Amino acid sequence: MDINFLMLIYIFVLAIFVGFELITKVPPTLHTPLMSGSNAISGITIVGALLSAGMQQFTISTILGVVAVIFAMINVVGGFLVTDRMLKMFKKK
Amino acid sequence: MNVVIDISYLISSIFFILGIKELSSPKTARRGNLYAAIGMLIAIVVTLLDKHVLTYEWIIIGIIIGSGIGAIMALKVKMTGMPQMVGMLNGFGGGASTLVALSEYYKLNPNIPINTGIAIVLSLLIGGVTFTGSMIAFAKLQGLISGKVIKYPGQHIINLILLLFILAAGTYVVIYPTLVSVTIAITIVSLVLGVLLILPIGGADMPVAISLLNSYSGLAGSTTGFVLGNSELIIAGALVGASGIILTNIMCKGMNRSLMNVLLGGWASAGTSGGDASSTTSLKGDVKSVDAEEAAMIFDSASSVIIVPGYGMAVAQAQHAVRDLMNALEKKNIKVRFAIHPVAGRMPGHMNVLLAEANVPYDKLYALDDINDDFSNTDIALIIGANDVVNPAARHDQNSPIFGMPILNVDYAKTVIINKRSLNVGYAGIDNELFFGTNSLMYFGDAKDAISKLTSEIKNL
Repeated sequence: MDINFLMLIYIFVLAIFVGFELITKVPPTLHTPLMSGSNAISGITIVGALLSAGMQQFTISTILGVVAVIFAMINVVGGFLVTDRMLKMFKKK
Repeated sequence: MNVVIDISYLISSIFFILGIKELSSPKTARRGNLYAAIGMLIAIVVTLLDKHVLTYEWIIIGIIIGSGIGAIMALKVKMTGMPQMVGMLNGFGGGASTLVALSEYYKLNPNIPINTGIAIVLSLLIGGVTFTGSMIAFAKLQGLISGKVIKYPGQHIINLILLLFILAAGTYVVIYPTLVSVTIAITIVSLVLGVLLILPIGGADMPVAISLLNSYSGLAGSTTGFVLGNSELIIAGALVGASGIILTNIMCKGMNRSLMNVLLGGWASAGTSGGDASSTTSLKGDVKSVDAEEAAMIFDSASSVIIVPGYGMAVAQAQHAVRDLMNALEKKNIKVRFAIHPVAGRMPGHMNVLLAEANVPYDKLYALDDINDDFSNTDIALIIGANDVVNPAARHDQNSPIFGMPILNVDYAKTVIINKRSLNVGYAGIDNELFFGTNSLMYFGDAKDAISKLTSEIKNL
């Protein structure tokens, strides 16, 4: 196991702790927007999809990449927009 | 250039973290969502500048199609359809992870380092399960397939065998990456596993399933990060993974069940077998019912009301009618609050979103722990389409399948008015002794019609 991979595991574990700290502070009333918003964040896979879709030669990898771009963009755009739609409605008296 | 790209990914990660931080209050939440979206925009733009991205035609086509579909879905979906929407979005995230892992496999084969190989196999597994599992959850919530608990002989053994196959085949691929057919087999079996895992889960357990799939979609993003060696994917995925796990935990606690019990569909079986033995015998009593006019008179003499909404309110789309009722009561100086059980509805926070849509201020919505002590000094508890979460048997009947589940103590209110279409059992398959209580009054009817009628009667008084 090389150092670089180990570093990635470090980052993963620490980020999970950050996630726990942040999300326990989200009130129950916002749990649905939390789901859809965090869902949009998980669309970060778009980064990998773009790298796959943008290769010079057109191969099976590119095709898979393009479909991945479509999927990830549905996730990103759909997720952020629908979350905004919901959050707009939350009003105090 | 590489340094610029890496720093930009770091900035993008910080935007994600700040975005979630701002979700800690409804006042700042919208800004938080914007922060997260900015973080995503930075990540996308920076990736397009990466030296590995050389052609843009297909990327542009993909972005246009994906954004178009996503935008249409987000703008068209009704608030009552939000659980399905979230379910489907989870799936697309998982599907993207599977596709990226496959793409990387084809690109690198046969020179795949062991670390990358492990990450690819995990991506295929988690991404595949998330994709098909979420699509099944969507189909169940949308009513395309039965929302009931589905059981068939040997289901757990079949799932176990499939998982063991994936682990064995995965180990093989990591060591001998050249055989494409094995990788394809892992992908297909993972997709099948997703179907089989979610298919048995019943409708009212969907809050758990959706939360869990939410967590998986994040973990799938993280595994893609390990495939690519990209720390931003790992960070963003881990944040989402943690979020899903916390919500899953809250949902399980709300039902007093373990995650395993939910996944294996244990409650419903306990409900049908335990139900006829213990619960039904004790529940022979008189049910008193009222019509709109009588109910209105009771409300007219009350000074405080707690409304308990459940899935029935969502099904009848009665949230606007409920808001009108709240306004009519407040006009008569009656204090109105809402008590929201953690597992009311089909996903975490479902009731809150529906009531927000109907312009009910969020500071009138109370979580179980914050309001449960107040029922005893409240005149009327009005239950709209909720059942198991207000069943007093959970407090005292050790034979009841829902014994120990935290419930809203509505029976402590002076009068309990229950709006329901019939005396039918709830999801747990057991009778509700609340309906037979001495201070209970049934107000039968579809939630939307019944609440509207009640409101006009109250206005006429």
